[in-house]
Amino acid sequence: MDTIPVEAGLLLAGILFMLGLLSVLIRRNIIFMLISVEIMLNAAGLAFIVAGARWAQADGQVMFVFILTMAAAEVSVGLALILQIYHQLKTLDSDAANKMKG
Amino acid sequence: MLATFYIASAIAIIATVMVITRHNLIHALLYLVVSFLAIAVVFYLLGASFIAALEVIIYAGAIVVLIIFVIMMLNLKAEAVEQERQWMQGGIIIGPAILSLVLLVELFYIISGVGMSGHEYHIVDAKAVGISLYGPYVIGVELSGILLMSGIVGAYHLGRQKKKIVHRFLEEPEE
Repeated sequence: MDTIPVEAGLLLAGILFMLGLLSVLIRRNIIFMLISVEIMLNAAGLAFIVAGARWAQADGQVMFVFILTMAAAEVSVGLALILQIYHQLKTLDSDAANKMKG
Repeated sequence: MLATFYIASAIAIIATVMVITRHNLIHALLYLVVSFLAIAVVFYLLGASFIAALEVIIYAGAIVVLIIFVIMMLNLKAEAVEQERQWMQGGIIIGPAILSLVLLVELFYIISGVGMSGHEYHIVDAKAVGISLYGPYVIGVELSGILLMSGIVGAYHLGRQKKKIVHRFLEEPEE
């Protein structure tokens, strides 16, 4: 049985993280920025899984469960904030929300 | 097994590239589901079958459906796609792409220099994960519960619409 090289798994995680980072940097739509953060969190979890499989420890999968919990809480609060921003400003442009009032 | 890993990785990368280049939000989300499913295949090949199931159920199921519900509530029209296309044109991608690519090359250089290969992968089953989760990491589980609770309360508080007072005698006088 051929084994998967550890470098390939970590490189996949790095590429996915880079794509998410790139998307956060180039997008102005605030929902696309939230999706990109999800991609980056998932890539970080992938790196944990690869390391956990390499050293035969359960800690990597435990960390992935915590990342998953954090991503779920983050996306619910983020979407509630997006709804409020859209109702107040009538746009999804993240540059329009640069003033704090009240 | 190795070929399956490389094919799944290629699908994940291509689907993610499609996500970050789409102008329509729904198309991007469908490609995001494909990307998550491909990563779930990678998890399964790495011996983490429980995490692969969680990836499909929570990421590709719950989180994407939540985002789709919000997009439906926002009731975006065709102008949103047009505006997105307008924002994305030009050389806006070049600068961030170069910076991210330099970081990726540095990361690859560091990873390739350590030399970790040549070892067998071990299957870590859900039982070991559960024992670890409710043994040394039980404080993390409790804190995750508190985090989810505060997330629910925060989402309810932030997502609430302000009530309008319809009766004219109950209205506050304008200053």
